[in-house]
Amino acid sequence: MVTTAPTGAVLLSLDGITHTFGRMRALDGASLQVRAGSVHALLGENGAGKTTLMRVVFGLLRAQQGEMHWRGAPITMRSPSDALAHGIGMVHQHFTLVPSMTVAENIALGGHGGFDPQQTADRVRHVAARAGLVLDPTACVQDLPVGAQQRCEIVKALARDVTLLILDEPTAVLAPTEATELLRWMRGYADAGNAVVLITHKLRDALAVADDITVLHRGRTVLTTPARDTDQGRVATAMLGGATVRTAEVRPDSDTRDTAHAALSVGPPDAVATARPIVLALDAVSVRDAAGVDRVRSATLQVRAGEIVGIGAVEGAGQHELLRVLAGRRSPTAGRRVIPERVGFVPEDRHRDALLLDAPLFENTALQGAGARRGVVDWNAFRARTAAVLHRFDVRASGPDAVARTLSGGNQQKLVLGRELEAAGEALVVENPSRGLDFVATDAVHRALREARNAGMAVVVYSSDLDEVVLLADRVFAMHNGTLLESAKDRDALGRAMLSGAAVVSADMPAGIDA
Amino acid sequence: MTTLRSFATTTARVLVLLAIAIAMLAVLLMATGHEVIPALSAMVRGAFGSYYAITSATIVRMVPLALAGLAVSVAFRAGILNIGAEGQLLVGAAAATAMSGTLGGVPWFIGIPVMLGAGAIAGGAWAAIAGALRLRFGVLEVISTIMLNFVAQYLTGWLVRGPLQEPTRVNPQSVTLAPELQMPVLLEGTRLHAGVLLVVMVAIAVWWWLRRTASGFRLRAVGATPTAAASAGGIDVPRTMFGAFLVSGLLAGLAGSVEYTGITYALYENFSPGYGYTAIAVALLARLHPLGVVATALLFGALEAGANAMQRDAGVPNVVVSVVEALLILLVLAADRWRPSRAAETGT
Repeated sequence: MVTTAPTGAVLLSLDGITHTFGRMRALDGASLQVRAGSVHALLGENGAGKTTLMRVVFGLLRAQQGEMHWRGAPITMRSPSDALAHGIGMVHQHFTLVPSMTVAENIALGGHGGFDPQQTADRVRHVAARAGLVLDPTACVQDLPVGAQQRCEIVKALARDVTLLILDEPTAVLAPTEATELLRWMRGYADAGNAVVLITHKLRDALAVADDITVLHRGRTVLTTPARDTDQGRVATAMLGGATVRTAEVRPDSDTRDTAHAALSVGPPDAVATARPIVLALDAVSVRDAAGVDRVRSATLQVRAGEIVGIGAVEGAGQHELLRVLAGRRSPTAGRRVIPERVGFVPEDRHRDALLLDAPLFENTALQGAGARRGVVDWNAFRARTAAVLHRFDVRASGPDAVARTLSGGNQQKLVLGRELEAAGEALVVENPSRGLDFVATDAVHRALREARNAGMAVVVYSSDLDEVVLLADRVFAMHNGTLLESAKDRDALGRAMLSGAAVVSADMPAGIDA
Repeated sequence: MTTLRSFATTTARVLVLLAIAIAMLAVLLMATGHEVIPALSAMVRGAFGSYYAITSATIVRMVPLALAGLAVSVAFRAGILNIGAEGQLLVGAAAATAMSGTLGGVPWFIGIPVMLGAGAIAGGAWAAIAGALRLRFGVLEVISTIMLNFVAQYLTGWLVRGPLQEPTRVNPQSVTLAPELQMPVLLEGTRLHAGVLLVVMVAIAVWWWLRRTASGFRLRAVGATPTAAASAGGIDVPRTMFGAFLVSGLLAGLAGSVEYTGITYALYENFSPGYGYTAIAVALLARLHPLGVVATALLFGALEAGANAMQRDAGVPNVVVSVVEALLILLVLAADRWRPSRAAETGT
């Protein structure tokens, strides 16, 4: 739905923005022009500088060189509150909400004067309604599904009367229906005379919704074009820095997947898998959470060596609990489970569940298996192992002594995956493997998963992106309301299985997809 | 790792901040109508002015501060805010005192380790109460350890008027430790005792444990990101935390028993001039580094020795040094905040 580009006035103009972190040049003369009434997609691979550039706009970073104009006048944003005062809001990839507070309280944070819950709630309701977003102001943020938390972040910005909204990878955490919903909302918001900068890796999203496209590569602007004048191939080429894109190589991006399906049908035939031993087995397994809700209901699943089982589900269907049971991170409340002693696990929230961000990489490698280790640790051995992982999985870092926090999201993910693959013997459980990754990193991750499968590992992958599930998996399951159902290996069939359950979910659980 | 370099830069920074803190002290002295130069020189003389000042005032104060500082470091490294080193130190001293009564005729090389061991175990047990409260009932250790400090303080007061009081029942204190059970003095004519050597050994041991062993790494991982430690490392987080409570209490208890066998030779009501609290500052200033703790404990030992001399010789109340200590901590914390972020791009 490429719309005709409006010819709005230039709202924000960046020219020659340069910013370095230590020796690393994150931005190298980047430029960008955002017009009123437009959705502007900011694209680039991992570490291309997209987020950094927007942090400059939002006042979180001060550019060392370059000029910024807002509504035609030169300006320097000193802080996020400065940016908000000028009408620029930003929704970060990692949300900045206080989990224990209500939606209204979160939105009132950062405001001035007294706090009247009723009045704030009314205002939130008003802002949300005007923006066409469904949001309950009295709900506690920690009880909300991720899509609603994101709406909360958006309303938080809108409540400050912003005219330019920056969204950093907003669809990365959303289920497909929610993502479509959000993209549609963005279009309407821009059509009302505002502007949106959409930072994304997803070419399809960008081309579907954006009026203008800017592509960054290594901190430089390499392509600026109206969306209707370009196509996936050209944009992909620009993202890779102008190198010729052979579609077969760039395929695993969620957007170019359709064309890639043909190439991939050459994978190991399904028949072979059935002859292999069962590695992971669940028999009528249920998981009840602390609140007494059954998150997983009598799930039965067998995963054989040398196959990838994919799981599709909307947020809150019990997939996270199921994966943790499979990975041995959580005990089932009922049913039988047979899993190997050590199962590799790549969780979706790597900052919370996989990494020690302020520790060097070799200590992060050593974290795997730390619970059972005894005696003196041979750190040099872990340095060597880490160096091997960095090399094998193409993790870009200065070396095993680099601090994990200094790596980009894609490189952190590759490190975690590499670590788990090196340590796991027979089975690997992966949750949203490409969350926040660009297509080059996604490709690397997918290739590693397939290699693991081909080497005889039993792999379970959940992704909120159905294309990714279907693309990777040999067999697919849909999960809804805690129940696991095998589905045909087809995007539409899987989506229907998962969503027909979603209707049941929202019937008896208000925290369903549209809470 | 660039341990050595980071140690050097930390030291350099602490010295710069110390200079700032002393400059602030000078301003404070001026503002309160004291003569700055005589006061400061009395302070320096009291800490470093003579062989006796260095060995018998500064270093001797370093010993309990360093051991209690190590206790705080271990706990903080595990993400446990143990504010209870003071109480653990007191029960450690009390246990050593109680044990001394059973050691008549025992040679020193058995008696002293027995007393130190009893003190360490008692300190560990005292911390274990807070640990159990935290892990079983979710009681924040910040609250429970402070409360247990008061309990330990009044317990000591009762002990020296009751079961552990000296036989004449005149003074509220225990009987003086038999000379053959006192910690050997290292240098004739000073108060410098063998506890100094113990401090150095313990600091190295703690450093090595945290840095090189699997259990030390677990402790650091739990302190850094407990969720990742549990999920990615398969680490038993409550168990690791309980272990940290125990080791922390053990070190604080050791501080109390070393002070008893090495300096005071008796238990009395105000046995500790707040060593357990100052230890928090010592640990923070050292950025929780076990070897750094020895250095910052020496610095604080010098400040406190100097403070007493300043009060004695220049009539300046020694509490002003507490102001300097507090300023130093605030400056260090502020300097940490000012450091430019090493984080590169965290998004995309």
